Amino acid sequence: MAAGDVAVRRRPPGGQPLERALEQTGVLALLLLVLSLACTPLRVWTGWTWPARVRRALGLLAFGYAALHLLIYALDQGTLAQLPADLLKRPFITAGGLALALLLPLVLTSGRQAVRRLGFQRWQQVHRLVYSAAVLAALHFYWGVKGDKTEPLLYAGALALLLGWRLWRATAPARRA
Amino acid sequence: EPTGIDRSGPHQTDELGGLVTPFALATRYNNFYELGWGKGDPARHAEVLRSYIAAHEPWTVTFSGEVERPGTYDLATLLGWGELQERTYRLRCVEAWSMVMPWQGVLLGDVLRRVGYTSQARYVQLTSVFAPETLPGQRSASLDWPYVEGLRLDEALHPLTLLASGMYGEPLPAQNGAPLRLAVPWKYGFKWAKSVTHIALTREMPLTTWSVAAPHEYGFYANVNPDVDHPRWSQATERRLDGQGGGLMEARQETLPFNGYAEQVAGLYAGQDLRRDF
Repeated sequence: MAAGDVAVRRRPPGGQPLERALEQTGVLALLLLVLSLACTPLRVWTGWTWPARVRRALGLLAFGYAALHLLIYALDQGTLAQLPADLLKRPFITAGGLALALLLPLVLTSGRQAVRRLGFQRWQQVHRLVYSAAVLAALHFYWGVKGDKTEPLLYAGALALLLGWRLWRATAPARRA
Repeated sequence: EPTGIDRSGPHQTDELGGLVTPFALATRYNNFYELGWGKGDPARHAEVLRSYIAAHEPWTVTFSGEVERPGTYDLATLLGWGELQERTYRLRCVEAWSMVMPWQGVLLGDVLRRVGYTSQARYVQLTSVFAPETLPGQRSASLDWPYVEGLRLDEALHPLTLLASGMYGEPLPAQNGAPLRLAVPWKYGFKWAKSVTHIALTREMPLTTWSVAAPHEYGFYANVNPDVDHPRWSQATERRLDGQGGGLMEARQETLPFNGYAEQVAGLYAGQDLRRDF
């Protein structure tokens, strides 16, 4: 039955490819978000400059996959009519929707001229929304997974490290002084 | 994998006109966490359970608790305790997908009447195979293994409640809960305990695996109910996996109270608040 086994393995499990696409776009969005948050620590630790240059692309891709994730959700539901009600009464959906919404201002101010227009400080304030968005996205993933929570916990752990590092760095000079 | 063969048997639809799910789909899209968390994992790891079953021939089921003739009985003996039943049942997963499948087996009621139960018996607890050294899913502690499910005694004795040993006219495939599983068509699929090894009659309501793991999401009763949402999604509709969606998107349809078996089973819950006892 070797040939048959291979056929089973290579074919998607069938039934609901949309469901798989939904999972995969969601996980990819979170992964890209976490990677975009790893750019600054990586640059500081290693002195490399390329992480800073790919950060914007990673963030935009994360938003792209998150938007696709919402689109597939709508396709899977067959409608978006239920979305407002779902956003209100299901914390799992609320977290995901809020994460996507928080990324929108970042996308709109992702161009170079936006920094000049807003001034660096205000631009930076806007872009700190990514921390909340990432935490909400990780929570959304954690709540969404049934049973084995290893994968969402790995993402949550990575995120905690990356955000913890920023907190530590923000308070470290004060402690030294 | 003989996917081209039509094994849907004599029943092409259920009594409501729902198409029988193709055998290939029913054996490739499964929740059986002992064999992994992905929908395709049970089919992928089916050989592990098949070998385990072969190495433990004959399969036995142990009856204990408030039972008049406790003991361990082999599968063939147990299947001789009742008349063979052929039933085409809807299987509605709590994840809002469903299938229509032909099952073969004996009534759980016939089996329980044969082993006898005391006047103290109020619940039936079913325990699934426990082999953490063999079954890949049981190596993680994400659920409290072995898998335990349960029914109230009157639910267990109901003539819709089947101990299934086959589907589509064949012995149960490993990924579908070989060699013996529960089929309770008015309840969500997670109640349909697979690869059953122990049946205990108890005085107290059994602590069932999912109701312990996530008590606000999965109740003991788990009757299919379009009016009681899962915290993360609505239960008002379901995606019917009948192979008609061209492999991309199966149609959504309304979920029926008690999965369409209200006429037969609603009486079991007279006077009970099914929002509280979800």
